[in-house]
Amino acid sequence: MPSSLSQKDFLDRTELERLQLERLQRIVHHAYEHSPFYTKAFDAKGLKPEDIRTLSDIVKLPFTQKTDLRDNYPYGLNAVPRSEIVRLHASSGTTGKPIVVSYTKGDLEIWSETAARCFLMGGISNEDIAVIGYGYALFTGGMGAHQGMERAGATVIPMGGGNTEKLCMMIQDLGITTICCTPSYFIHLMEVAERLGIDLRKSTLKHGFFGAEPWTFEMRDRMEAGTGIRAHDIFGLSEIMGPGVAGGCGTRNGPHIFEDHYFPEIVDPETGEPLPPGQEGELVLTTLDKWAMPLLRYRTHDLTALHYDKCPCGRTLVRMEPIRRRCDDMLIVRGVNLFPSQVESLLLSIKGIVPHYEIVVTREGAMDDLEIRVEVTPEVFGDQVSALELLRNGISGKSKGMIGINAKSSLVEPGAIARCDGKTKHVIDKRFK
Amino acid sequence: MTVRQLSIFLENRVGRLAEITKILGDGGIDILAISIADTADFGILRLLVDDVDKAVSILSEHGVVCRLDAIAVISVEGVPGGLARVLQTIHESGVNVEYMYTVSQTKYPNPLMVIKFSDFEKANKAIQETGLKQLGAEEIF
Repeated sequence: MPSSLSQKDFLDRTELERLQLERLQRIVHHAYEHSPFYTKAFDAKGLKPEDIRTLSDIVKLPFTQKTDLRDNYPYGLNAVPRSEIVRLHASSGTTGKPIVVSYTKGDLEIWSETAARCFLMGGISNEDIAVIGYGYALFTGGMGAHQGMERAGATVIPMGGGNTEKLCMMIQDLGITTICCTPSYFIHLMEVAERLGIDLRKSTLKHGFFGAEPWTFEMRDRMEAGTGIRAHDIFGLSEIMGPGVAGGCGTRNGPHIFEDHYFPEIVDPETGEPLPPGQEGELVLTTLDKWAMPLLRYRTHDLTALHYDKCPCGRTLVRMEPIRRRCDDMLIVRGVNLFPSQVESLLLSIKGIVPHYEIVVTREGAMDDLEIRVEVTPEVFGDQVSALELLRNGISGKSKGMIGINAKSSLVEPGAIARCDGKTKHVIDKRFK
Repeated sequence: MTVRQLSIFLENRVGRLAEITKILGDGGIDILAISIADTADFGILRLLVDDVDKAVSILSEHGVVCRLDAIAVISVEGVPGGLARVLQTIHESGVNVEYMYTVSQTKYPNPLMVIKFSDFEKANKAIQETGLKQLGAEEIF
């Protein structure tokens, strides 16, 4: 079973494109005929499903924006009767109404399949015991990784987020080989294990599948060196399906998108114009066979580039560059563009690690103020004020050179920076409240 | 003959010091010497306690960041010029004092100073050669 699943990663590209076109035409018909939202959008453009004759005709389709999902909350984009919907998930929306996503039984099958292919790509088999450390409530992370792991053949432990000390005990007692969680939760796990005197390098843990938030190569190296695991990428988004839209192979040439189900494009985030392969732009995804809530040309706001040359692993699936930033988490502070990833590089250059941090932007009169708050961990704590001041002043002092803005910096106690769903919210913008 | 000092990172906010000392007190830890180095937004609390290993484990359970450092506890004559004589000796050996404070609760008859040296080995040598009295944990507590 697993091997036949993996074979789909190796389709000849001509065969793959034939399959994509067939599925694209079918989903366009389905969306136009059954989703009132798309009927309206097509009619407004004078577009008929028959106008999609080749894959490149996809650019004729209208974009779908995140606001469309909010405005048509909760069922407005659905293309099947309610009786065929077997599951709902919802986003962890921070403002207003959440985004609700509907699934048919067939949708869940496809989701399980692509998540399983991601885990198989990382080397998971029925020998593995996998613990799911993503949240299960509403968020697609927990259920998505769970279904995929079961489909890949592993023994699955539905742990959810939190209760880290118990997780440490279970890793030791149950022979857990694999963990699926956010990278920041894994770093938290490493800290808790260390405090409890548990050396994870001596545990049975071999694989980590990390996603749901951007992470750096330096974080990957730290996680691997500290625990002896192999850290794999898993990418996904709830609007499209959930975790398992793309996954990393052993060559680490960037995650492969399961493009037989999720069709990717790269566009200029400003103009929406398609960009050539290899160029960085906004990732746009079309669900090729999601029946309950098809999404055509969904603007993800994630910035990446696509590479179609064959991967040394032999897979023909397109590769995306790891997502480090989004066009919408870019901050403009005193007219300077700022991404949280730049602050991570700054912190890394000072102490060689990225501690939990948050960026706070405030406005006093007409002037923006940027503050970088950093949690003091045992690794950076010294008994002398001068060492801590050096750290604090190092962050402020290097900020102008590295991020283009003079930032204030402050040191706070561990746990002082809020985490939700295991994710650290890195940006607090208080200017427009 | 070093004594282990406990250092704790503190955010500068109302009540934090009270919380930390309560955690230690509830754990049955006796504080024998204490000093605080403070800046506008954070501080470092430095302590000598009777059971340092237990203190570390209690603090860690509460998620408090702490660390241990080697310091010297030196006996000072309780007369005018007593401290000056100790510091002169240390100064002549070419070692720098990073910080110091007094021990407030001890069974030892003379006043005691907690001193953190820039170079511990060099300071130790100078202390032995000049006959200054350095104490181990068992003599103080």
